[in-house]
Order: sequence, then structure tokens, then C-alpha cells
Amino acid sequence: MSTVETELPEPASKIELPAHLGGGGDIPTFDITLRVRRYDPEFSEESKWEDFTMTMYGTDRVLDALHKVKWEQDGSLSFRRSCAHGVCGSDAMRINGRNRLACKTLLKDLDTSKPITVEPIKGLPVEKDLIVDMEPFFQSFREVMPFLINRDHTPTKERLQSAEDRERFDDTTKCILCAACTSSCPVFWTDGQYFGPAAIVNAHRFIFDSRDDAGDMRLEILNDKEGVWRCRTTFNCTEACPRGIQVTQAIAEVKQAILARQI
Amino acid sequence: MSTDSIAAPRSNSAQSPKYKRNKASHSSFEMFAWLFMRLSGVVLIVLIFGHLFVNLMVGDGIHAIDFGFVAGKWSDPFWQVWDLAMLWLAILHGTNGVRTIINDYAERDGTRMTLKTILYVASAVIIVLGTLVVFTFDPCPPGAVIDLPSFCPVP
Repeated sequence: MSTVETELPEPASKIELPAHLGGGGDIPTFDITLRVRRYDPEFSEESKWEDFTMTMYGTDRVLDALHKVKWEQDGSLSFRRSCAHGVCGSDAMRINGRNRLACKTLLKDLDTSKPITVEPIKGLPVEKDLIVDMEPFFQSFREVMPFLINRDHTPTKERLQSAEDRERFDDTTKCILCAACTSSCPVFWTDGQYFGPAAIVNAHRFIFDSRDDAGDMRLEILNDKEGVWRCRTTFNCTEACPRGIQVTQAIAEVKQAILARQI
Repeated sequence: MSTDSIAAPRSNSAQSPKYKRNKASHSSFEMFAWLFMRLSGVVLIVLIFGHLFVNLMVGDGIHAIDFGFVAGKWSDPFWQVWDLAMLWLAILHGTNGVRTIINDYAERDGTRMTLKTILYVASAVIIVLGTLVVFTFDPCPPGAVIDLPSFCPVP
């Protein structure tokens, strides 16, 4: 080998350095007001806003602020969270009027000069504070049969698939079932009958999987009057998805597949 | 298990939606309604802008429009079919659009039924009346003596 690689030297120390030696200095702090929509059916049938003020760091997320409230100010505040890193999909909530994951929303990206509003996701029955009953959401999910159905003999090794075939449904494999899309959909808000974007996304994941044999059954289910045809392409779901799934496009592809099958 | 557990909140209150899905419909009506909206929309663009162009731009344009102008158009089978297609497609397109809006926004089944009944009756009346006029329009009805347009033969 003739080329000489110039390597950057390792930093002398990984501990925090003062600014004049090249360190980043202290993490900036700021005061925020968190305005949480509280609901506790044991005390009142009405929900109400409650403000919490605290000092937070520039690296903190809305979830950290909620933790601070629960651990230091009011232990009765209830919300779901599990992994806290945007993978489990437990902490979808309506932050400043938009459906997002509390664990993926940095406080510094929000307007901290005004109170930050945090509400439960809309369209599902609230159980307490930020916790909603997810059962209707999962009911729709189950109805589209989100599992591989293959009538061939079970192979002794894995079912092979070309990279192109895998690419076809790659986008919709990313869903973490946080319900941010379904609870951002105005059609779902009204009567809760619509299957909702999340169920259609998960049907799409199997309909366009070359290894799956039950695409027709799923298309038949989604051809229901509460199925894909209730989509009004408002793109709320695509905007809400914390995983960046092109939800509205997936729904449109399912519509086309139903049309192609029927006509 | 404690016996004094509270009922699930809001799930049973009057204004909360019922989440149990209605019985599955095994018809493709919604699919054809969706398809009809797209196709009729495309055809209507041609029909409506053709209509506007012929009425407002060609010849004397807007100054030529009067009773005689409309009577002249409807004596031609081409314009009869054109206007009939425009009437039917526009009313059905509009009716389906409003039907969708009612389905999306009405919260109670009773409201939904009432609004849709009014909608369907109104559309049916307009379609029947409009079709009747397009085909039976006669600018010089026999027996009439007053207020006849000037191009009618003098009785």
C-alpha cells in the first residue's frame, strides 16, 4: 500500500472541556410552561388544563418535561411511555396541536416563550390524563389480518424474496402502531367507524408482500364502506407519522389495487 | 377484584362514538362512487368550460344571451345531449360529494338519515325537472298568444 492515511488524533479526553479548550460549554437551559390536559374520572367528568413551570435543558424532550412533572411536582400525572426512544410507539400525544411522539420532540424545537400544550391523541376514549383506550385502534389492526398467510408447504429454510420484491412494501414495514396517524384523521374523529390509516398501512405491508397469499382477502376487507374509500387524502396521517411513512400514498396504492382487482 | 371499579370513562357517554364497526358491507358501491367522482369530474371540466366558452366567448359572446339564444341551442340535439349530460353529471357529482360530507360530519344516525333523505329528494326533483325541460322545451307553445318571443310564427 502506497497511500498514507491521515488519521485525526483521538481527543485527549472525553470529559467535558471548557470553551477555550474546544469544549462545548454548558448545555443551555430555559424555563418552560407545560400545559397538560388533565382528566381523572374519579374526581371529575370534565377535563381541565393544568400548567407546570420548570427549567429544562436544551437537550431535553417533551417526555423529559413530563417525567420532571411526574417525579418532582405531581405524581398523579399519567401517561404511557416504554422505550423512550421512538421505537415502541407508546407515547404518541398531541403536542402544540400536532400528533407527535413525546420522546422524539425536543423542547428547543418548540416555541418555549409560550406554554407548550400536551393533550391525549384525539378520537379515542380518554382513560386518564394522556392515556387513551387503544382497543378500537387495535381492533381495526386485527381485522386486516396483519400476519403472513401462505398456503404453500412450510419450507425448511427461510422464504426467499428478491430485493425488488422486498422494496415494494419497505415503507409500510416501519409502522410502530403509535396511533399518531389514525388519531390525526378527521374522518376517524367523527364516528370511529373508519378503519384508519394505521390498519391500512399494515394491510399494505402484507398485500404487496410477494410471499403472502391473502392479499385478495385483505383487499376485500378494505373495500368495505368504512375502508379505504373513506380516505379524503387530507395528508394529516402522513404529516403525523413519526416514522416518516408515506401513509396517504400507501392508502392510494391499496385503492388502486382494489380497483385493478374489481375491474 | 374490587367490586367498586369505575366504568370506563367516556366510552359510554352519549357523545362518544361507538367504535364497534357496523356489519361489513359486501358491495363495491363505495368503490364505484369513488370512481364516479373522478371520472365525472374530468368529464365535467370539459363540459362546463365548453359550455362557458360557447355561451360567453363565441360570436357576440355574453351580449348574445337571451331567451332566443337558449331556445336556439335546445332545438339542436347536440346541445340537448350536452346540457343533459352536464345536468346529470353535475347533480350526481354534487349529490355524492354532499353525501360524503354528511357521512363524515353527522354524528348521530338520525341526523345522517334526515339530511341524506333531504339531499336525495332534492337531487331527484332537480334531475327529473331538468331532464323534462331539456327534452320538452318549446319556445312557441301552441295556443299561447301573449309574451311570445319575436321569432315565433304569428298565429
